[in-house]
Amino acid sequence: MKYTQGKYLVIEKKAIAKDIFSMKINCPEIAENAQPGQFVHVLPTGFTLRRPISICDIDKEKGTIRIVFIVKGEGTKEISALNEGNVIDMLAPLGHGFTINEDFKKVILVGGGIGTPPMLPLAKIYKEKSTVISGFRSADAVILQDDFKNTGAETILCTDDGTMGIKGFVTQPLEEILKSEKIDAVYSCGPMAMLKNIAAVCDKYNTFCEVSLEERMGCGIGACLVCACKTNVNGEEHFAHVCKNGPVFNSKEVVWNG
Amino acid sequence: MADLSVNIAGVEFKNPVIPASGVFGYGREYEELFSLSRLGGIATKGTTITKRNGNPAPRIAETPSGMLNSVGLQNPGIDKFLETELPNLMKKDTVILANIAGSTAEECVEIAKKLDQTDVHMIELNISCPNVKQGGMAFGASCDGAASITKQVRKATKKPLIVKLSPNVTSIAEIAKSVEAEGADALSLINTVLGMRIDINTKRPILKNNMGGLSGPAILPIAVRMVWQTANAVNIPIIGMGGISKAEEAVEIMMAGASAVQVGAAIFTDPYAPVKIIDGINDYLDRNNISSVRDIIGTVEPW
Ligand SMILES: Cc1cc2nc3c(=O)[nH]c(=O)nc-3n(C[C@H](O)[C@H](O)[C@H](O)COP(=O)(O)OP(=O)(O)OC[C@H]3O[C@@H](n4cnc5c(N)ncnc54)[C@H](O)[C@@H]3O)c2cc1C
Ligand SMILES: Cc1cc2nc3c(=O)[nH]c(=O)nc-3n(C[C@H](O)[C@H](O)[C@H](O)COP(=O)(O)O)c2cc1C
Ligand code: FES
Repeated sequence: MKYTQGKYLVIEKKAIAKDIFSMKINCPEIAENAQPGQFVHVLPTGFTLRRPISICDIDKEKGTIRIVFIVKGEGTKEISALNEGNVIDMLAPLGHGFTINEDFKKVILVGGGIGTPPMLPLAKIYKEKSTVISGFRSADAVILQDDFKNTGAETILCTDDGTMGIKGFVTQPLEEILKSEKIDAVYSCGPMAMLKNIAAVCDKYNTFCEVSLEERMGCGIGACLVCACKTNVNGEEHFAHVCKNGPVFNSKEVVWNG
Repeated sequence: MADLSVNIAGVEFKNPVIPASGVFGYGREYEELFSLSRLGGIATKGTTITKRNGNPAPRIAETPSGMLNSVGLQNPGIDKFLETELPNLMKKDTVILANIAGSTAEECVEIAKKLDQTDVHMIELNISCPNVKQGGMAFGASCDGAASITKQVRKATKKPLIVKLSPNVTSIAEIAKSVEAEGADALSLINTVLGMRIDINTKRPILKNNMGGLSGPAILPIAVRMVWQTANAVNIPIIGMGGISKAEEAVEIMMAGASAVQVGAAIFTDPYAPVKIIDGINDYLDRNNISSVRDIIGTVEPW
């Protein structure tokens, strides 16, 4: 694990959907060490606590990363006020990311809403070997579909209200694929209820599944024990820390109602 | 370069800045960012006799100029601490303050006895945690409670004993005097101020524990006031804390009467806060031609 803290230059900022922003940041030392599934801990100016945001793209050559986030409350609103030419205060890259295995022949990436961004670095690694299933509330919340297509991945889009793509939840296409072919891994990030259902489907088809969880954080590096979540490893209950042991966990280790 | 060293209860600190208990773990994560030997000392996470899992999440909330936490003393237990963390910390060339937080006086005594057999430099007895149902703040809320637990732990160890006081009391000076009378070598204050926040959309408290401890810039003036009142009431040294995020505020609390400072929530905002504060104190002293940081302790000139 190697992380740094500093103020880094925002080199591109775009609004990509309602209240959703994409930022490209020049931070060579962070890009150098970043892994898919890791996050950056961003300090909104004037706040006491940092905000965890997933890394959505890593360009080691150019020394940049990208984040995509939704304005949820005061903190993300403040971060969204940053523009090209401003600096962003980040502690990064943090956490334990997704398990990457070059021998995997077919993987499925499932993103729900604002949980879609951390799927992009995986799509860039697995390319044609991956199928990306994204689910959104409605057409106006759909993000990143072109980015996924550009990686060579197959994409399946679902919306809850049917305003774009298939009407319904991501678990339906997921189960159809798992039923019909051998899948080496399912990676997912999104709302807890969605992750729980995905874990259950993967369990049913005995498929390796990793999920990225969220919890409120303090330090972001494993020192303060604020971000506890219950896990179950080999039948033994543990209190893990989303910031250090996660945010990515094997779905079998997650205690869903904890 | 001014002389930054201070002496508390016979223990020499290279500088007066100590990351506070609970925000710094056992230092491992911050060592990625700077050498622990730069610090005056490290106050370790509160230790109980057996492993504790703490309270359910969410355990943290942002507040105006601060934060609430309700971790509830999650820690691996004293034996694990002695086995895996303390030996590592003792190599870091900094003063180690082992923070203990039993839920009964007997438990604190038992932990203190175990620590007495080690090389740890000091014991910080936490009688002020607002996040546990038993022990914690309940010990520190009355003079009798504070005196009684101090007396028992005092008998259990020869290590310099710091007692960490709660701000959630009517008169911190009275509590401080009763703790001093029972043999405490130093005091540290303040622990967090009991607080609460509610999500108005769900009508639910943000913390699963409903209430939590407030820390960060919001509590600085409370800390300055309490350090000053306590310094006027006792003759033992005080380690001041509560809301310190920059060198000027560390200087302020030292002027109020503290011999050293601890830094908590500010480390979440800026992980380098402790080292920046050390450098900043030095700059302040140089700018004002003060040769030793000891010369500012308790120098406030009240009206
Ligand atoms: C590992 C991880 C990765 C994340 N990645 C992304 C991402 O890529 N894009 C994105 O839009 N959002 C992401 N989030 C969620 C994001 O952190 C929150 O939306 C954000 O912290 C809200 O801050 P706020 O001040 O705007 O909202 P408020 O609700 O006002 O925040 C108040 C406090 O609660 C915390 N908080 C609120 N919601 C969450 C949450 N869901 N998770 C963790 N802390 C929360 C805040 O950090 C802050 O301390 C991620 C969360 C985690 C844990
Ligand atoms: C997340 C968190 C955990 C804490 N855990 C402990 C603890 O285990 N023992 C203790 O004595 N104080 C604990 N504290 C209190 C701090 O040591 C300190 O007294 C308090 O936060 C005030 O300082 P600050 O405003 O600089 O944070 C904790 C504080 C925070 C924010
Ligand atoms: S946020 Fe501090 S341990 Fe996870």
